[in-house]
Amino acid sequence: MVKQRRSIVVPASLCVALLAACRQDMHDQPKYKPLTASDFFTDGMASRGAVDGTIARGQLADDSRMFEGRAGNDPIAAFPFKVTKADAERGRQRYDIYCAPCHGALGDGRGMVVERGFRQPPSYHIDRLREAPVGHYFDVITNGFGAMPSYASRVPVRDRWAIVAYVRALQLSQNARVQDLTPEDRQKLGVVE
Amino acid sequence: MQVFHPSTNTISRVSIFGAVFFIAGLLWLLNAFHRSSYYTEVGVPIDQPIPFSHKHHVQGIGIDCRYCHSSVEFSSFAGMPATETCMSCHSQIWADSPMLEPVRASFRTGEPIQWIRVHDLPGFVYFDHSIHVNKGIGCASCHGRVDLMPLMWKVNTLHMEWCLECHREPQRFVRPREEVFNMSWQPPADQAALGEKLVREYKIRKLTDCSSCHR
Ligand code: HEC
Ligand code: HEC
Ligand code: HEC
Ligand code: HEC
Ligand code: HEC
Ligand code: HEC
Repeated sequence: MVKQRRSIVVPASLCVALLAACRQDMHDQPKYKPLTASDFFTDGMASRGAVDGTIARGQLADDSRMFEGRAGNDPIAAFPFKVTKADAERGRQRYDIYCAPCHGALGDGRGMVVERGFRQPPSYHIDRLREAPVGHYFDVITNGFGAMPSYASRVPVRDRWAIVAYVRALQLSQNARVQDLTPEDRQKLGVVE
Repeated sequence: MQVFHPSTNTISRVSIFGAVFFIAGLLWLLNAFHRSSYYTEVGVPIDQPIPFSHKHHVQGIGIDCRYCHSSVEFSSFAGMPATETCMSCHSQIWADSPMLEPVRASFRTGEPIQWIRVHDLPGFVYFDHSIHVNKGIGCASCHGRVDLMPLMWKVNTLHMEWCLECHREPQRFVRPREEVFNMSWQPPADQAALGEKLVREYKIRKLTDCSSCHR
């Protein structure tokens, strides 16, 4: 008889154990992951912004040339640091992510989004923009320009300068003269000297 | 006096024997349930407050993942697009579409859009996007062909065995870093050789100790 009762007890206790495993306390822990909702704060968001005026270590923006592209009130004409090939490569990658949808891969202002009806931005290859100082480009990315929104929250300062370097390279590429090429490249093009 | 009829002997034997099968069956059912798409939601498109289509935006317009998921390269969290990010285009494109009213409402009021999570690991698992992306694991290896999804769904269970399948043999899945965001990259015929080379080049460890993911 004892034996028989045990034959029920074992599966029964297993069932209880399995049911207990259905509690999700460890799955849904009382901690916040990025962007989860919270009923503690009035705005319902768990992610809190930094208190106004907070400056994280190493993020003091004390150099207006580097962080605003300006000296006094004028946009600067020279890069605030020495631009390397790696910067331009990085710039190409970032340009293709953040700018090409509207400005097009060549910077002619005919990106895919423009094809679908967005206001067409000016080509980078017009005289006014070719002559614009690099500080102007930095300012446009940081603060937006007319119909174009600001990209400051998604493109860090160093990347913004890298993009500007790449835009300069694009402008050169669309306006290169045969005399500027190396003799080998000229030969490739079949230019007769 | 005999309380039980002799036949109960057989019944009790059968039920002890049967219990083994009963328990085994129960465990099997539980396991099957755990792996069924009803529970894991693999392949089940999730309805969202706005019918946002990766197919239109990624394949149709050619926007890079990082335009919207901008912290995926340097943070554990991939990042979700702010309302301003949608509005950078939709201030002008489909600006009156009723489908996009929740986006405009969010822009006016500052209340965030509440997307429904598709992938959600349990709280006791630690996951980090940046290391995977920087060591040459493509988005498509884990999320599938996102560029073909009109609504987002899960392609993999996110079960521990799935993570481990790759952590044990990363050389089968690793790709060149430049191809991480390329949705249509296919492993070449010599993936075995390429994988070995990349594992050495990117110094990929085989992280299978429990504390890598449970910390
Ligand atoms: C959503 C589409 C869009 C994206 C993405 C975009 N732009 Fe623009 N951009 C525009 C439009 C539209 C204009 C024209 C604005 C106007 O005249 O109102 C413009 C203008 C400009 C100008 C010219 C400003 C002038 O003096 O006329 C520059 C320079 C520029 N953008 C740089 C960039 C860079 C760099 C990026 C990438 C970080 C970028 N844009 C991304 C839409 C975009
Ligand atoms: C135009 C902006 C945009 C682009 C570009 C974009 N996404 Fe998304 N993504 C979203 C939005 C909005 C959501 C939330 C709605 C949803 O889940 O469908 C999302 C959700 C996701 C999710 C599911 C998140 C969850 O809840 O688990 C994954 C995975 C994802 N995106 C991957 C990608 C990949 C990979 C790419 C590049 C091929 C990409 N996305 C490009 C906007 C974008
Ligand atoms: C870079 C520009 C751009 C961004 C950023 C963008 N969209 Fe779009 N979206 C478009 C274009 C262009 C279309 C039209 C698609 C077409 O014509 O194929 C569109 C179409 C749509 C549609 C209409 C239905 C469909 O799938 O065609 C919805 C809904 C939508 N977008 C939601 C969003 C949301 C939500 C976000 C923010 C996470 C967003 N979009 C960000 C450019 C953008
Ligand atoms: C190794 C597998 C793996 C790779 C590679 C991967 N993801 Fe994820 N992704 C996940 C997992 C797992 C989650 C769920 C995370 C959680 O629940 O905390 C997730 C969640 C997300 C989310 C939701 C937000 C979040 O971070 O929780 C987005 C968006 C996303 N991934 C986009 C991407 C993009 C874009 C790429 C390519 C650059 C990518 N993922 C590469 C596994 C991966
Ligand atoms: C397709 C392959 C692949 C899949 C699937 C995968 N991983 Fe990884 N994971 C890697 C590689 C490669 C690394 C880098 C190992 C190294 O550091 O050398 C890594 C590293 C990690 C790390 C170490 C991060 C750190 O900071 O030390 C964690 C944690 C992790 N993965 C969690 C997960 C989890 C959780 C899952 C399942 C949801 C998962 N991974 C799925 C390939 C993968
Ligand atoms: C590569 C990352 C990774 C490693 C390494 C790992 N786990 Fe896990 N583990 C996971 C994930 C992801 C889950 C959640 C699975 C799910 O949602 O069903 C999990 C779940 C679990 C669970 C709960 C099972 C459940 O169904 O709820 C246990 C227990 C566990 N792991 C133990 C271990 C032990 C012990 C080790 C070491 C031998 C280990 N894990 C190593 C990723 C990992």
